[in-house]
Order: sequence, then structure tokens, then C-alpha cells
Amino acid sequence: MSIAAPLRSKLITPTTLVLLALAAVGFYFLLERFLYGLGAVANINQGYPWGIWVVFDVIIGTAIGCGGFAMALLVYVFNRGDYHPLMRPALLSGLFGYTLGAVAVMFDLGRYWHVYNLLLPWHAQPNSVMYEVALCVMAYVVVLWMEFSPAFLEGRAAGGFRRFVDRWMWAIVALGVLLPTMHQSSLGSMLLVMGYKLSPLWFTLWLPALFVISALMMGYGIVMFEATVVSRSFGLPSHRALISKLSVVVGLITVAWLALRWGDLYARHVLAFACVVSVRVVMFWIENALFLAAALIFIVPAWRAGRRASFLGAVALLAGGSLYRLDAYLIGYTPVTHWSYFPSVPELMVTIGMIALEVLLYLVFIKTLPVLHGRPARR
Amino acid sequence: MDVIRNSDPNSDLEACLGLDPDGLTRWGISRRQIFQFCAGVAATMGLSSAAGASMAKAVTSPSRPPVIWLHGQECTGCTESLLRAYHPTLESLLLDVISLDYHETLCVGAGEQALAYKRAMMEKHKGKYVLVTEGGTPMKDGGIYCKVGGKTHVEHVREAAAGAAAVIAIGSCASWGGVQSADPNPTGAVGTHSVVPGTTVINIPGCPPNPYNFLSTVIYLLTFKRPPALDAHNRPKFAYGRLIHENCERRPHFDAGRFALEFGDEGHRLGYCLYKIGCKGPETHANCSAIGFGDVGFGSWPVGTGHPCYGCTEKADAFRKPIHALATLQNLTPPTAYPDVSAENGPAIGAGAAVAGLVGGLAVGAGAMWLKQMGSEPDKADASNKEP
Repeated sequence: MSIAAPLRSKLITPTTLVLLALAAVGFYFLLERFLYGLGAVANINQGYPWGIWVVFDVIIGTAIGCGGFAMALLVYVFNRGDYHPLMRPALLSGLFGYTLGAVAVMFDLGRYWHVYNLLLPWHAQPNSVMYEVALCVMAYVVVLWMEFSPAFLEGRAAGGFRRFVDRWMWAIVALGVLLPTMHQSSLGSMLLVMGYKLSPLWFTLWLPALFVISALMMGYGIVMFEATVVSRSFGLPSHRALISKLSVVVGLITVAWLALRWGDLYARHVLAFACVVSVRVVMFWIENALFLAAALIFIVPAWRAGRRASFLGAVALLAGGSLYRLDAYLIGYTPVTHWSYFPSVPELMVTIGMIALEVLLYLVFIKTLPVLHGRPARR
Repeated sequence: MDVIRNSDPNSDLEACLGLDPDGLTRWGISRRQIFQFCAGVAATMGLSSAAGASMAKAVTSPSRPPVIWLHGQECTGCTESLLRAYHPTLESLLLDVISLDYHETLCVGAGEQALAYKRAMMEKHKGKYVLVTEGGTPMKDGGIYCKVGGKTHVEHVREAAAGAAAVIAIGSCASWGGVQSADPNPTGAVGTHSVVPGTTVINIPGCPPNPYNFLSTVIYLLTFKRPPALDAHNRPKFAYGRLIHENCERRPHFDAGRFALEFGDEGHRLGYCLYKIGCKGPETHANCSAIGFGDVGFGSWPVGTGHPCYGCTEKADAFRKPIHALATLQNLTPPTAYPDVSAENGPAIGAGAAVAGLVGGLAVGAGAMWLKQMGSEPDKADASNKEP
């Protein structure tokens, strides 16, 4: 049995330098955004008040960050302790996905200096889905840091905070499973108010369920993706047996998701919309093809056993889930006719910078903190 | 029957209302309809539901207050407007709720017979009847420009106002003179309040006014025996307390700087704000934008149909200020510059697409290379790598 240990490899490598450079470019444009305003850098407009910052950094970013949620559900709720080696890396990716997602919301808020009002109960509008998302994501960021805190605390003197975390970890973990179900489904509920502005291929009263289940799938997808990438990059054991076992479950969830989606499309008599040729319909088919490919790879034993195939399955899952969100929030969404949106270069660079920063911080953390299992325990 | 009445808490009210508990109707209006109507009126006026109940009691009381209705210089548009009231219909209101004893358009009798009946009713109900005046009163040359039965309108109004419990001036003509008082005002037309100085005249201006503003005021008078709260021009505040601009459905266009610039232009066809083609909504106090006309739902009022408001409830506006003249904004001036209307469709796909394509291509390419190498490497194994 192995225990988690820091990798202790060099922090400054060509990879980290490139990531640092990308993050720096992103920060340059962010500086511009905060000095000259949203209009100076972003292509968002009156018709498309949210752009790639919200959709990628927040909607997709937090779904990718659901690794912690997905694994906590598996390890603690279904009591599958054997998956524990995958827990901390999953939490770590969730940590950055969510923290940076919460920070990225601030870029997109026109009057970000008012954001503290969210926390003042007398200004609260508890019927608002966005309010629920905001508070819930904030709370979950705190919960994630607490869940992850043992990585900082291990090997240190037992202080008051550590005692608190040890005593209440069960409650923190419970919150860590509860909160994402709340806000990931709310991200779907948010689109319910859009009504006819959203294409019937995406608009359904099942949006909250589709969003929360696909977030779970993406959570497992990122866990598998990370495990493979990290093990190959740093020459660590790949936990392939664990992942193979996990992928059956994920495949079944994906099939269930597809069944729900297509059953709903059929029940609403809107399948005809999927037969028109347009950008959004092509995206719709790509999205579903990705999910179907992932489901097939994970369920057919021969494909599941292949390293490359199962890695591709995880990628398909992540790409499908991301595209689903991108479609629902931007491509399948027509706020007003005759308006268009495509992200500007600065907008893209900010998002790329944020992703680079996430990967960079992930690398720094696994090198300095006990996150990854693999090295035999040194006793 | 007595047993039933005693066990029914509503029986007193029903007896008082003259309604039978079996749900049969009186005057073709069911008890439920009366209550709904009065609750609606009370809500329109911002009163409580208890006020609705008192109103129901008042309007179904057997002693109907007599109403004397005089026509002066006018087009009878106000009466026509009132004929279009549907909850309840005018006939059930005027024949049953109030006792319309004299109305030159609607009365059955004619000539001396009608005038004699008017005199008799005014004598019989002295100090108790409600006087409604419709139309302006010509004052020039002794008021000879409007006569009924050989007497000038001035005399008719003064005579009737002397014995009236309350005076209501319906329409812009009776409120402040109306169209015939526009320059050069050849007949010296004035509103009713100028004819009977010292008497409180409740003005319901509008050309025509919304019938429900009139009905609500009448029912308020019947119920509470006093006029509703009035503004500086003696208009009921519940109907004339706010600017049309404040509740206009086109207000978002005003705030966003989207204006029709001439009749029939693109902005006009798209339903933009009519301020720049002379809408007087920003300086006109009335509830047209909130309740509309004719009980046919949303948009049935001048601005809703694409015509600028011409300020019919304001003496300073209607028939004095040209249709095209800009209104004076009371509380908010639009900025001198708005975001460019023509550039609002979002930018063309540009360098962003190139960068997105580049990044996507790099990611796919690097991923493919990475995958290719993965196939040629042995898997590192550890204890957890045993296939289950």
C-alpha cells in the first residue's frame, strides 16, 4: 500500500515556464479589462451579455472541477475506499477549477465592486437561481479547501485547525457532495428562464438533471484524464485497474444520461430540429457522438482495457460535456435575432491564461504537497 | 328560511345587498360579479379588500344616488367611452348602481318633458345628487354659444351645481376647456371649475378619459361620501398621480436610447420610444400606460398603437403644444450620447477565430502525438494495477 507523497521534482521546467508565460499574457489583458472596462477587451455585447469567460471559466470550469465531487460521492458515500488514491488529485483539480471559476466571475461582472452585497442577507433575493449559484459556489470553494487541507496539515504539529478538520471532516465531506449537486443543477436551472431563446434541442425542464449528471460524468472524466497524464508525465503507476473498474460505472451513467436526453427529445417531439443543417445542429450531433463514443469505450470490455482507448474515452467525455455546456449557454442560445458573438483574442487569452494558471498551480501542488500516490512509503 | 339565514354568517350582508343566497342574480349581475367588480375597482385605486366589500355594499344599496349629467361643448366622446365599459356594462351601472336621472344623450324623454323631469329630480334630491358635467362652458357674450331649452350652459351648470352633493367634470373639456378653449378660443370656453368658483369639482380629464377612472371615482364617492385624494388640478391621484412615461411599455427603449425619429421609419416599425416624434408621456399625468383602453388587453392605448401621447389630460399640452414638440422631461434627461445603435449586432468573427483554431489545433496535435507515444511505452505497474 502506498501513501500520498510530494513528487519533489524541479519546479522550474520548460512546461512550467510556458504555462507561466501564458498566464502572464492573460493577466496583461485582465489588467486592461480592469483599467478600461469590459468593452475594451471583450466582444460580449447587449445581445450576448455573457461570453467565453462565464461559459468556459465558470460553467465548464466548475464542471471539470467536479472531480472532487464525483470521487467523494464514490469513496465516501458509496464507501469504496479502494478508490482513495484518486481522491486527492481529484480534489486538487476541483480546488483550482472552482477557485479560479469563482474568481473568473469577477472579470465578467460589470460592477464587480458590488459583489459583497451577495453576502449581506438583507440584500438577498433567495428566489434567484443566480444567487443560489453564487452563494453555493462560494461555499463550495471554502469546503474544497477544507477537504484538501489535510494535504497541508500532514506532518505538522496538531493545532486547533487540524483538530477541527479532523473532528468535522465527515460534515465537510458531506457538504462537498451536497453543494455541487445544488449549484451544478442550478447552472441548468438558470437556462430555464431563457425559454424560447434556447433552441428546443437544449431547452427542457430536465436541464437541471442533465447538467448535474453530466457534471458528475465530467468529474470522473477528469479523474481518469489526470491519472493517465500525470502517471505518464512523472513515471508513476497509472492506477489502471482502478480506472478500468471506475470506467464501467461512468459508462453506465453516460448511457443513462443519453437515455434521459433522447427520451426527453422524443417525448417533446423536437427530434425534427436535429435534422436541419446548421452550426448548432452539427454541434448537437458532435456532442452526442462524443458522449456515445465515451459510453461505448467504457462499456465494451475490450476497448476499456486498452490504455489509449480508455484515455480517449475520458477525453470524449470531457469534450462532450464541455461542448454541451458551450452549446446550451452560447451556440444554442439566441438572445435576440441579428446579434452575434465570438470571443476576441484578449478574451481567449484570458481564458487560456486561466487554464494555464490552473495547470501550473496543479503542478506546483503535486510537487510540493502530498497529493499523488505512487512512491512506495518510505518508513 | 330564518334558520338558514341565522346559520349563514353572510346572510345579513346578502339581505342588505338584496341578493338571495341561492346564487340567483339581481339585475343580471350575480353577487360574485359585484364583489369581483368592486374588488377590482378597489385594487385599481390601491385600496384594501375591505374597501372592496364596502363598495359592494354601497353599489348594491337599494337607494341609488341620483345623477344629473349635463352636456356642454363637446363631442360626447366621454359618454361613448363610458359605453365601452364592460365590467360591469354601462347599462347595469347607470340604471342600477346609480340612478341616472338626466343625461341628454341617453335619456328616453325629450324636449320640455326631459327638462321638467330634470328640474323635478333636482328639487326632490336637493343636496344629494351627483352632478356630472361633460364638455366646456362658453363664457363669451354671456355664454350664448351653447344653449339647451333656451338657457345657456353656464346657467344650467350653476343651477345644478347649487344643489349638488358633488360635482364631477368628465373629460378634458369639462376639466379645463378642451379643444374649443385652444387659441383663439372664440367662445371663451372654460372648464366647469371656472363656472362654479368655490365648489370642489373633481376633474377626470382625458380625451376621452378612461371609463374606469370615472367609475372608480363615482364608486369612491358613493362609498366614502367624500372625494378621493386629489392633486393640484383636482384630478384623483389614484389615476393621475404618475406620469405616463413611468409605466410606459416603451420605456426600456427610451432608457436604451432607441427612438422612432419619424413616422414609419425603422425605429417606429420596431416599436421604439416615441419621445423624439413628440410623445408627451414624459410630462403627462395619467394611467393610460398602466390600464389601457377598451378591455382588450395589452397595447390598446395611443402609444401602444404607435402614436405619440399628445397630453390630453394636461391643460398645458393638448391642443396647445404641437404634436411634434418635445416633452419636457420631468426627472431624467437622456444622455447626449448613447451606444451606437447600428453597431449593436456584435463584431464579426475575426482574429479570435484564428487564435481559437490555433489553440484547438495545437491541443489536438499534441494530444495525438502524446497518444501515439503512449502506445509504445510499457505500463508502470503497482499493487493497484491487478485487474479485478
